[in-house]
Amino acid sequence: MLEIKDLNAWYGESHILHGVDFNVQEGEVVTLLGRNGAGKTTTMKSIMGLVPRREGHVKFKGAETIGMMPNQIAKSGIAICPEERGIFGSLSVTENLMLPPIVAPGGLSVDEIYTLFPNLKERAKTAHGTRLSGGEQQMLAIGRILRTGAKMLLLDEPTEGLAPVIVQQIGRTIREIKNRGFTVLLVEQNFRFAATVADRHYVMEHGKIVDMIPNKELETNMDKLHEYLGV
Amino acid sequence: MFMIFGIPGPLLFGQLLLGLINGAFYAMLSLGLAVIFGMLNIINFAHGALFMMGAFVAWMLLNYIGIGYFPALILAPLIVGAFGILLEKTIISRLYKLDHLYGLLLTFGLSLVIEGLFRNGYGSSGLPYRIPAALQGAMDLGFMFMPIYRGWVVLAAAVVCLATWAIIEKTSLGATLRAATENAPLVQAFGVNVPRLITLTYGGGIALAAFAGVLAAPIYSVNPNMGTNFINTVFAVVVIGGMGSILGSIVTGFALGVVEGLTKVFYPQASATVVFVVMVIVLLTRPRGLFGKAA
Repeated sequence: MLEIKDLNAWYGESHILHGVDFNVQEGEVVTLLGRNGAGKTTTMKSIMGLVPRREGHVKFKGAETIGMMPNQIAKSGIAICPEERGIFGSLSVTENLMLPPIVAPGGLSVDEIYTLFPNLKERAKTAHGTRLSGGEQQMLAIGRILRTGAKMLLLDEPTEGLAPVIVQQIGRTIREIKNRGFTVLLVEQNFRFAATVADRHYVMEHGKIVDMIPNKELETNMDKLHEYLGV
Repeated sequence: MFMIFGIPGPLLFGQLLLGLINGAFYAMLSLGLAVIFGMLNIINFAHGALFMMGAFVAWMLLNYIGIGYFPALILAPLIVGAFGILLEKTIISRLYKLDHLYGLLLTFGLSLVIEGLFRNGYGSSGLPYRIPAALQGAMDLGFMFMPIYRGWVVLAAAVVCLATWAIIEKTSLGATLRAATENAPLVQAFGVNVPRLITLTYGGGIALAAFAGVLAAPIYSVNPNMGTNFINTVFAVVVIGGMGSILGSIVTGFALGVVEGLTKVFYPQASATVVFVVMVIVLLTRPRGLFGKAA
């Protein structure tokens, strides 16, 4: 579904990604694990075309996207839920939810999104999206990309800073959308959470992928993982 | 003759109406500036020149091909808006990655060039544009006589301002615009063609200025300096209302026109400066403007 080869990315003079290689199969949930500054978020942004300069190969459904504009990449069926959530304060909750254009059939309906996140339904009339709590903003940020019909979702630290009960709700959501055939690339600091949803884990260090651990082998690789993540 | 505060009523209402008319132009022009500033992050100094172009295009349509006032109200904004799109595509879009100051310098230069070209072709003494027959004459309102055309200007301006506000605040296109103002890269990453949206926004803001220019043509003579006369006050209006605030620029535009009109009655010497006095007071007490949001 997504095939990344020798991906390099820069912010101005700083070279952040140094030849990232990995792939995500259709229907999989794959995480990128790694310490702060390893290049996880930059990898997400590079897939979406949101970095000033990127080189290498990002193939989506077999088609090269490295030369495309972010809006073209989105139209091809990839959607991002950014780390800072990207909820718009000048838009109401409903406007935030309806903002991303439909790119393909097969997205969730608004009712289905409200079933996944009942809080959003209660807060739908809120005039400014940023008035929502952190957890509600995260649900909104995930909910709005489920509508678009994009089947490849990039979720950047969806559990960061959230209460355990909301983390569980987001975990349930990820498993639910996996069952519906979505493919998810997930950035996580919290590998205990990642272990509950993912099929495979890639470990990033210094702008490169250094290891791949299938979720089944996570237990046997605990020592190694602790070393990678420094926890 | 009845008096209000020792001022003859007709004089007071006459100046109020003049104030409202000036306010209508302030509102339409500052609204376009606010929309453009929000999306492009550019302070469009060429706004006055494009307002003037609107009036000139109406004059040309009438005198060269016999197209009258009402079709010109639609055609002139389309023509000048298309010219604005051309400017954005070819020149202005190259500046988005640079400091605000470059956009300001470029559009200021553009306004000098545009005004210079029209001065060269048509002189600076002004060309007459007749009020259309349907809007000639005056109405007796009981307390004053109102020239019908002036009433029409206030009405048309109010309708256009409200329609613009409604498009931005109440439609999904407007929601996309507001979102792109906040975080353009993310909106583009959702699949919206943001560069095209920016181009159309500039064209729309310019079309508003040109519409105001057509409305102004029968009131002020059509001359190359007509934009410059307005634009200084309009920038003060934008600062007072708050940069980028849609409702702020409409309300402030009309209100300051009225304030100016009243000043002409009570203390005429200050009428040219009162707007700037208000600007100083607002900047001292609310640096973000009356309707500006905290960063």
